[in-house]
Amino acid sequence: MKPNVLIIGGGLMGSSIALQLAMRGCNCSVIDKASPGRHASGSNAGGLRQLNRDPAEIPLTVEAAKMWHSIKDLVDSDCDARFSGQLRVAENRSDMKKLEQRANMVKAMGYQHEEIIGKKELYKIVPALSPHCIGGLICRGDGYGRPYHALTAFRHKAESLGVTYHSSTEALNIEQEGEGWHVRTSQKVFNSDILVNCAGAWSGQIAALMNESVPLTPKALMLMVTERLPHFVDPVMGAASRKLSFKQMQNGTLIIGGALVAKLDFEQQKTELDWQQLAKSASTVVDFFPQLSDVRIVRVWAGIEAYMPDNIPVISASQTVKNAYHAFGFSAHGFQLSPIIGRIMSQLILEGKSELPIASFSINRFSQEKK
Amino acid sequence: MKDHYQLLIIGGGPAGLAAATIASSKGVTCALLDEQPAPGGQIYRSIESVPEKRAEKLGTEYLRGKELASAFRACEAEYFPETRVWSLSSQREVGVLHKGKSKIISADQILVASGAMERPVPFPGWTLPGVMQAGAGQILFKSSGIVPSDGVVLAGSGPLLLLLAWQYMNVGVEIKAILDVTPLSNHLLALPKLPRALLAHHYLTKGLIYQRDLKRAGVNTKIGASLLQAEGDDCLDTIRYRHFGREHTIKTDLLLTHFGVIPQIALTQAVGCKHQWDDSQQCWRPEHDEWGSTSIDGIIVAGDGAGINGARSAEHAGRLAGLQALFALGVISQIERDQQSIEDRQWMKDERHIRPFLEAYFAVPQTMLATTNNETIICRCEEITAGQIRKAVESGHQDSNHVKFLTRCGMGACQGRQCSNAVAHIVADSGGQAISEQSHFRGRPPVTPLTLMQLADLNEEESL
Amino acid sequence: MFKQLSNSTVETVEVTLNGQKIHVSQGMTVAAAALTQGLHFTRTTPISNSKRLPFCMMGVCYDCLMVIDGKANQRACVTYIKKGMQIETQQGVGPSLGETE
Repeated sequence: MKPNVLIIGGGLMGSSIALQLAMRGCNCSVIDKASPGRHASGSNAGGLRQLNRDPAEIPLTVEAAKMWHSIKDLVDSDCDARFSGQLRVAENRSDMKKLEQRANMVKAMGYQHEEIIGKKELYKIVPALSPHCIGGLICRGDGYGRPYHALTAFRHKAESLGVTYHSSTEALNIEQEGEGWHVRTSQKVFNSDILVNCAGAWSGQIAALMNESVPLTPKALMLMVTERLPHFVDPVMGAASRKLSFKQMQNGTLIIGGALVAKLDFEQQKTELDWQQLAKSASTVVDFFPQLSDVRIVRVWAGIEAYMPDNIPVISASQTVKNAYHAFGFSAHGFQLSPIIGRIMSQLILEGKSELPIASFSINRFSQEKK
Repeated sequence: MKDHYQLLIIGGGPAGLAAATIASSKGVTCALLDEQPAPGGQIYRSIESVPEKRAEKLGTEYLRGKELASAFRACEAEYFPETRVWSLSSQREVGVLHKGKSKIISADQILVASGAMERPVPFPGWTLPGVMQAGAGQILFKSSGIVPSDGVVLAGSGPLLLLLAWQYMNVGVEIKAILDVTPLSNHLLALPKLPRALLAHHYLTKGLIYQRDLKRAGVNTKIGASLLQAEGDDCLDTIRYRHFGREHTIKTDLLLTHFGVIPQIALTQAVGCKHQWDDSQQCWRPEHDEWGSTSIDGIIVAGDGAGINGARSAEHAGRLAGLQALFALGVISQIERDQQSIEDRQWMKDERHIRPFLEAYFAVPQTMLATTNNETIICRCEEITAGQIRKAVESGHQDSNHVKFLTRCGMGACQGRQCSNAVAHIVADSGGQAISEQSHFRGRPPVTPLTLMQLADLNEEESL
Repeated sequence: MFKQLSNSTVETVEVTLNGQKIHVSQGMTVAAAALTQGLHFTRTTPISNSKRLPFCMMGVCYDCLMVIDGKANQRACVTYIKKGMQIETQQGVGPSLGETE
């Protein structure tokens, strides 16, 4: 008999987990305190990046990349995924050295996806780049997708397999009775065998309801988007030693990010943009692409995301209670990992172990640090 | 421009001008920022420079702006024309673009007097060259003496339609037809509101005079026209409509439409003021009290940007807001504020008598607000059709913002100004949430375009 | 479509519209100038390549985007004519951003 699973948080992680569990015959309900994709899952930059990840994440990101390249087989939609590569640019010798060390480290782990390129190749790939750069580190299989489209595709596929979604349903109280769970929400009480916490920035609060404490910090990340422009750059652009992150979407708009943090009143769920930070980001973009000086910004927004102290997520069974699991704290780089997180979590829940190493993501790493 | 003012006024229409005039008389540091090169707003546009002959043709209502503008010119408030405001924070920091440079200034009190814009109502062919809003026609006339050269068709609903027809008639423009889309049923619905409207009978009288003059001039007016369509290959060529069950066409290269006006709420949305759906005015407006105070401390609204009440009301609301700002700044007492505003409050009350009647009489029919023609483009920027919006709702996206995420509707250059209301109407009409339950497109600054270089300017300023 | 009522008191300035030198009244917006010059369209859309002319004339519809003095996406209805201005119809997203040499 397959367990009943209640998933708290209807974003991309929750939907991916629900989908994989439903594919394996589980009965899943997903609750969301607002509506799926209201925060990080709907407002992120959609980067499909293996490049420059924490070593612990490399096995996961490589497997996730395979899934993204055939994402249509999984969710019946290509999620507007495009694979134009991701690139980190070196502006000087010390940048280049940093990138080379990185590439060697990845190779030593047995992976080939990160590749050093010289100046000639760099300008062949990005002719529009300011001439001062000297090389870069590229992952050619990387790219980007459209977050809300991906979320909608995962959700629709999950729903087609019987998963039910409940919006405006906030978990208020969590009680364990025997091996099962009673979750009182703003709408009704949900009963389940298994509980999964993937409530994004609110995961700390959900964990607290299960008497488990985690050092999670909610942050509001800002993104800028420009008007539509003529096509001028293919890969997603980053820099070795500066906060640069931008991409030109298929429709011609530029999305500019780079870990720019807005002022956040988490209690009120209110964000206030920090224009000084955005100004620095704008300067950086113009330094790399002077021809963008007169390009107009059409929208700026901030989405609320969960950060962990070590900037890698929690992917783990609960350490305090049975039949509860966590997948949160992706620290603003979860989008690409989402398909594999669904698969790993379904294995963890149904078989007690995952096909890939996830010990680094255990929730007990924070309590161990204290000792 | 200073880095800080006690009172900052955004918008140089009647509300902003009146507020600046009264507030600066009490010695507070006050600045007025406005996009236009001269005071007046849209309603009194070019009021200082308009040649006398043209002003006469525009009518006595328009001339009212002269007094306001000259009082403002004589006052102590600093004036920054051709200045754009691109952001507003709840801490009362204002992103300003002045002489091509951006900067952030702050104020203790901020009055947002952003005025109104034409209510965008999509219909088939409304994106064709040659289809424009009546307000556009009026702006061309007021500011440059530009009028239709080969005749014009006016269509829609509302007093401005009649006024513009009358103004055009005064200078000999050929008016091919006035297609009034207000259904005859509106007249019945408005009837109970007529007695109160009679208290402001000068408005009714004026309307009747325009009507009489137009009729005498032989202008063809069709009341209750429906199924308005603009047709043509690359530009407008024919207008098609129904009237009393029969289809008609008119050849024309220019159609000016008017469906009433709605508040410009981009700034109050961006700062996070609470807004509410006004059922009678068929639009969103910021919540505010009698003095214009919004849900955010120190942010005041006045004039049509706070809810549509017309130019004369805006002037009085501006003075109330100015007095409220002075009270909040501790310059005058509550008693002084209340006493000095008695006349303005009475004026506003009197001015309001006409509104319920006008709003009921000129209410745009639901079939136009939520067009059932699925081919019609709703988002002019991203070219998203009514059919695409309906499809998104059917697939479970029950709120305007979700439809926006999915379709890009409202993500173009105008930032949803032209489609937000229509999207909300269509979402509600196709089984999504009721319009009052939906969230308006979330405010996403910059409110006015800002280039990467102009944004980067903020860095230099900091390092200086 | 539009004409300017005669007003001899206003001075004119010379600007270039799509390569043609023209004289227009001082104090006019670029959009007003384009309309009185009888332009059939001031831009084409990036999505369907449809032709557009100004619509609202007050800076809210962004349909009057033109290339002014080499800069794309300028709202012609809130940009005032200046002597020697170069005004061009905008095609889609505007001129190429080019490559740095």
